[in-house]
Amino acid sequence: MTDARSAPPPVISMRNVSKHFDDFQALKDVSLDVAQGERVVVCGPSGSGKSTLIRCINRLESHEAGEIIVDGMTLSDSKDSLEKIRGSVGMVFQQFNLFPHLTVLENLTLGPRRVLGLSEEDAKARAMTYLERVQIPDQAAKFPRHLSGGQQQRVAIARSLCMEPRILLFDEPTSALDPEMIAEVLEVMVELAQSGMTMIVVTHEMGFARRVADKMVFMDKGEIVETGTPDQFFTAPKSQRCATFLEQILNH
Amino acid sequence: MKRFLILAPLLMLLSGCSGNWGWYVVDPTTPNGATNLKFLMSGAYNTIIMSLTAILISITLGLLVALPGLSSKRGWRAFNRTYVEIVRAVPILVLILWVYYGLPQLSGITLNVFWAGVLALALSDSAFQAEIFRAGIQSIGKGQYEAAQSISLSYRDTMRYVILPQAIRRILPALGNQLVYMLKMSSLVSVIGMQELTRKANELVVSEYRPLEIYTILVLEYLVLILIVSAGVRWLERRMSAAEA
Repeated sequence: MTDARSAPPPVISMRNVSKHFDDFQALKDVSLDVAQGERVVVCGPSGSGKSTLIRCINRLESHEAGEIIVDGMTLSDSKDSLEKIRGSVGMVFQQFNLFPHLTVLENLTLGPRRVLGLSEEDAKARAMTYLERVQIPDQAAKFPRHLSGGQQQRVAIARSLCMEPRILLFDEPTSALDPEMIAEVLEVMVELAQSGMTMIVVTHEMGFARRVADKMVFMDKGEIVETGTPDQFFTAPKSQRCATFLEQILNH
Repeated sequence: MKRFLILAPLLMLLSGCSGNWGWYVVDPTTPNGATNLKFLMSGAYNTIIMSLTAILISITLGLLVALPGLSSKRGWRAFNRTYVEIVRAVPILVLILWVYYGLPQLSGITLNVFWAGVLALALSDSAFQAEIFRAGIQSIGKGQYEAAQSISLSYRDTMRYVILPQAIRRILPALGNQLVYMLKMSSLVSVIGMQELTRKANELVVSEYRPLEIYTILVLEYLVLILIVSAGVRWLERRMSAAEA
């Protein structure tokens, strides 16, 4: 599973990672390398372990066996390593998970002020920069529930960016959105990808995957069944399971 | 209209009844009645101060007991359960007597009537506050914690800025109930000699022999206090939801 191209050390390295939820094995002996600036798209049927995989990377889930090294740090339960990892890894959730009692601006400034120690002014300036980047600076004073789903997800992306992470994880970022709002979120993600952000995206948006992915990962039943470039992945999948999945998802 | 319905039976008691009533004891137009009325109402200050002090302490204590109840560690949860079960099982009156008469012997610290009452009321209420806070905090979705973790917020900041502000909004009606409850339970502190509403009424009954009228006034005093508290809580709820609109 070592990536032949990766001359510099990978920014994320997972080695033989396993994880159970009670009797259910969510991850089976998973290994994956992600290089700086690489865009990885993870797909697979539901329950295949995609979300668990990326949730292990910022340790929202802890793994049992194997080793995960993020940004040179081996993940463990120590408080120090948790803080450092989460400082350099941002995450965007399917359900946005904005803080409903705070305005958009407050959602964005909370982390920079409390974690990074920015002054209120600096945090606001930074927040506005990223709100402009996701093209909704005019919504800064509103509460999340007054925004559309697409706008909420863009706020969530901006909230992650405010922490200036080195890596961004996306957990089905468009799955909870109405179809007409998917495009505006994907557009922001494409722009991010083009800016050189290291991204791991769990998604069923295969059009997006074709456009930005450097590497496709197909998972099923807790295993990485197949990895490859989008070209090879979409035109000539190596495994039957992957071919069947692609057929289902592309033909519906 | 609704308020009238609540007050109607009381007004009927006060006005339409037969000669068994002796309202002269609290008739504000006579010097003696006015003095008596003033005497009865002079307990309000202590009732209010004692209840407010006790509720502030019990909220703090309740929160401090609720947090370990949410821990993933068994020992912390056991502490929470033990505290809640034991404190909840002690009748308030018994706790008041125990704190006032028993605690000095145990600890050598003698509390005056006010602080003994406040401590007993606060302790007793804290078990209920702990349960309210635990339920309120548990009602906040996992996604909020994960979002807070994903921007690296500490546990303290997560609670302070993300979870508690949302939880408190949800439990505000329950907290209002507890304050109402506290105002009523504070009447029990009269048994150790606290000069609050109930104690004043008891003392006046002893000198005037007019329990029916005097205790009716006492009922009205509590009713007014509690209607004010209810209105205050409703106002606070409206203001909090308006702040989000």
